[in-house]
Amino acid sequence: MALSKRQRATYARYAIYTLSVLAVAAMALLVDWTRLSNAMFKWEIVKEQFPSILTSAAKNTVVFTILGFAGGLSFGLLFALMRLSSIRPYRWIAATYIEIFRGIPLLVTLLALGFGIPIATGWQWPNPYLQGAIPLSLVASAYMAETIRAGIEAVPKGQMEAARSLGMSYPRAMITIVIPQALRIIVPPLTNEFVLLIKDTSLISVLGVTDATRDLARFGRDGVTDSANATPLIVAGLVYLAMTLPLTQLVAYMERRAKAVGK
Amino acid sequence: MSNETILIDDYVVNINDLNKSFGSNHVLRGIDLHVQRGEVVCIIGPSGSGKSTLLRCINMLEQPSSGNIVVLGRELTHIDCDIDEARTRIGMVFQQFNLFPHMTALENICVAQRKVLRRSKAEAEMKGLQLLARVGLTEKADAYPGQLSGGQQQRVAIARALAMDPDVMLFDEATSALDPELVGDVLNVMKALAEDGMTMLVVTHEMGFASNVATRVVFMDGGVIVEQGPPSQVINAPQEDRTKSFLSSVLNH
Ligand SMILES: Nc1ncnc2c1ncn2[C@@H]1O[C@H](COP(=O)(O)OP(=O)(O)O)[C@@H](O)[C@H]1O
Ligand SMILES: [Mg+2]
Repeated sequence: MALSKRQRATYARYAIYTLSVLAVAAMALLVDWTRLSNAMFKWEIVKEQFPSILTSAAKNTVVFTILGFAGGLSFGLLFALMRLSSIRPYRWIAATYIEIFRGIPLLVTLLALGFGIPIATGWQWPNPYLQGAIPLSLVASAYMAETIRAGIEAVPKGQMEAARSLGMSYPRAMITIVIPQALRIIVPPLTNEFVLLIKDTSLISVLGVTDATRDLARFGRDGVTDSANATPLIVAGLVYLAMTLPLTQLVAYMERRAKAVGK
Repeated sequence: MSNETILIDDYVVNINDLNKSFGSNHVLRGIDLHVQRGEVVCIIGPSGSGKSTLLRCINMLEQPSSGNIVVLGRELTHIDCDIDEARTRIGMVFQQFNLFPHMTALENICVAQRKVLRRSKAEAEMKGLQLLARVGLTEKADAYPGQLSGGQQQRVAIARALAMDPDVMLFDEATSALDPELVGDVLNVMKALAEDGMTMLVVTHEMGFASNVATRVVFMDGGVIVEQGPPSQVINAPQEDRTKSFLSSVLNH
């Protein structure tokens, strides 16, 4: 008996449903749930994480993120403007910078700047927050420069020309006319950048940290060592999600709205 | 050096042997043009003949390749000229309006008054409202460009340029992007401006406007001025074959 294409598709779908249900049932039966929850989500250990996971670890993650973002945004804007400059050496410097910091893993940059500079020069980082946040912001600025440049380039050329024809200088026209319009375009990608930064701060702990400057990931990892249990990492992961999910939802909302308004 | 010290003469626009190339494309080939105060010069000619490029050289949106341009006594092609200052005296209206979409009509008219001329907010807004009344858009002060028709946007753009109290106005096909029924309002505003004595250089395909409003018509083709004179001569009794064939192609439509 020959099946039509549609019938075949329907049967295939039923088969997949059935297999999925069987797989879930098998897991439910075969896995030792008590053991699993004891190792990964033990309530007493969960409780031990609070409040310092919020008051210290999450706070440190937020501080690193905000410092990294603020620095990344400032340098990113600077390098974006240099990339768009009519002065060739500026363009070369910015392009080189962007390629270097996008091409090297953050971990390597962190180690090179966080450790390498003090070893090479004898100079000490004045502050453990800056030691982590400055290398982070240098890498972030390379990505943000490209985002900002794309936003500025998306503003029609006639806007700059109209502003200049009214007697505005180039910087004045950029600040008053072009950048405000570019910002609308780049807020969603910059928010994504922020979410990436929240997660990237977890690498800062390789620089060696005190209890007071531990970020969320390090806090979770130390918790695992102390308790010989995976629960602290699970809790840390949930705190990360509590920070990142609202932001990714916000981006999705902004993008939906931008699409609805049209262009 | 201040612009005063390089004051040359009394012409509003004084262009001598202007050449402009884009790469190997020689677009303006030795333009001489002298415009006195109060003149309304309509520039006509086929597409690609260099009309926009000429207009854009007059406020240095395009950098001339050679030649010299003096506007209101300021030698724009001189290395020491303060172009930003000179541009406040030269209004420009674009084919695509180029209003600032993140600002209301009134803000569009006020922003350069505030940031460039350093006028107070009250002074700038009073001027802005006067100009909106002059272009017939008082009730649109708080509307954003996206909420305005093309004709309304272009009238706001004219008011924005006038807010700087310019001594000369440049119009680059100000009505070409408009639906036919909206062209008249914009032309009326331009006509009123001409009657008030504004010096104007108008690139246009509106032969009726050129005939009725221009004091002089300049016909360009291939990057040179082929023929110029009063509209009665250039439009009604052209001497050059290229002018004749251009006019017959636009007037028979
Ligand atoms: N920014 C530019 N870059 C390169 N070529 C240009 C540019 N602007 C104008 N041109 C060229 O110059 C010539 C004249 O253009 P334009 O001045 O716009 O003519 P018109 O306004 O008379 O139609 C055209 O060949 C056009 O392609
Ligand atoms: Mg043109």
